[in-house]
Amino acid sequence: MAEALLNSPFLGLGLTCAAWCVGLWVQKKTGLILCNPLVIATALIIACLSLFRIPYESYTVGADLISMMLGPVTAVLALNIYNQRTLLRQYFFPVLAGCLAGSLVSMGSVFFLCRLLAMDPAITAALLPKSVTTAIALAISESRGGIPGITAAAVLIAGVVGAMFSPLFAKFFNITDPVAEGVAIGACSHALGTTKALEIGQLQGAMSSISLCLCGIITSVSVLFL
Amino acid sequence: MNIMAELAIIFGVCLISEGIAALLPIAFPASVISMLLLLFLLLSGIIKGRYIDRACRFLVGNMAFFFIAPCVGIMEHAKALLACLIPFLFIAVLTTPLVYFVTAWVIQLMLTAQRKKEDGRHG
Repeated sequence: MAEALLNSPFLGLGLTCAAWCVGLWVQKKTGLILCNPLVIATALIIACLSLFRIPYESYTVGADLISMMLGPVTAVLALNIYNQRTLLRQYFFPVLAGCLAGSLVSMGSVFFLCRLLAMDPAITAALLPKSVTTAIALAISESRGGIPGITAAAVLIAGVVGAMFSPLFAKFFNITDPVAEGVAIGACSHALGTTKALEIGQLQGAMSSISLCLCGIITSVSVLFL
Repeated sequence: MNIMAELAIIFGVCLISEGIAALLPIAFPASVISMLLLLFLLLSGIIKGRYIDRACRFLVGNMAFFFIAPCVGIMEHAKALLACLIPFLFIAVLTTPLVYFVTAWVIQLMLTAQRKKEDGRHG
């Protein structure tokens, strides 16, 4: 019977959904950004798998079905850009220039630091797209031979840092323009930062969601030249 | 629109994008192609926003859920990560404010210049 349970996709599916709900509940109760539901769900699942000695391969039978949805999740970001098209048209050149600069600095600085610290090529490839949203970052990382788990962790760290400290960054770097603030949040900490940007203001939130899409496109194109 | 019809449109766009990605001579993520393709279809009016609105809102609203599985994958690579944990954290944390700073300042400078030009024209 154990064999049948371990080979069933419902193991991965059920475990992931349940862990996600626990994560959401904890976030709601504590209200802390650090208690991100994704972090909690991931930790819970890893703990569960290790505790009951469930092989990772058994988990992926069901979990792969969820990962498969990353493509459609990225595709529907197009509706975000489309809904913000008037705003994008209004600030097109500054936003494009900002996203271009942000994406290039992100990849350049990661590449340079990885070289400097003599990191493994698989880890460098995994870190390169760390500022863009997970769905795009994973695709870029995999196309360059990066380790997906490490990419996911790096993207998560960038997101949490941005979401926690972006109001502080704005004060520290003297950013007063809401458009600049929103785009910068999206450029450095993608969807996770966008949730924070929406809290700061409507305009910041909209600019952040435009910027996370634009930076994803710019990064996946420019990484081809690296 | 029926939710299954909405999903059928989205899956169809993804399928075509996989085909395009396979035809491209370079390794370009199919998911980014599908985003560009869907944007093109929306802008050209072939697909109306309301056709896919509900499925999109569900997927974007629960976006983080879909990243759990790849995140759990980290347990398979714990050794590789632990071996370089400090430089990994250093790079991942430090480059974030740097990107924020550069992006925000480029835009702020451009917007200030743009406004000055407009003021000059009106004044």
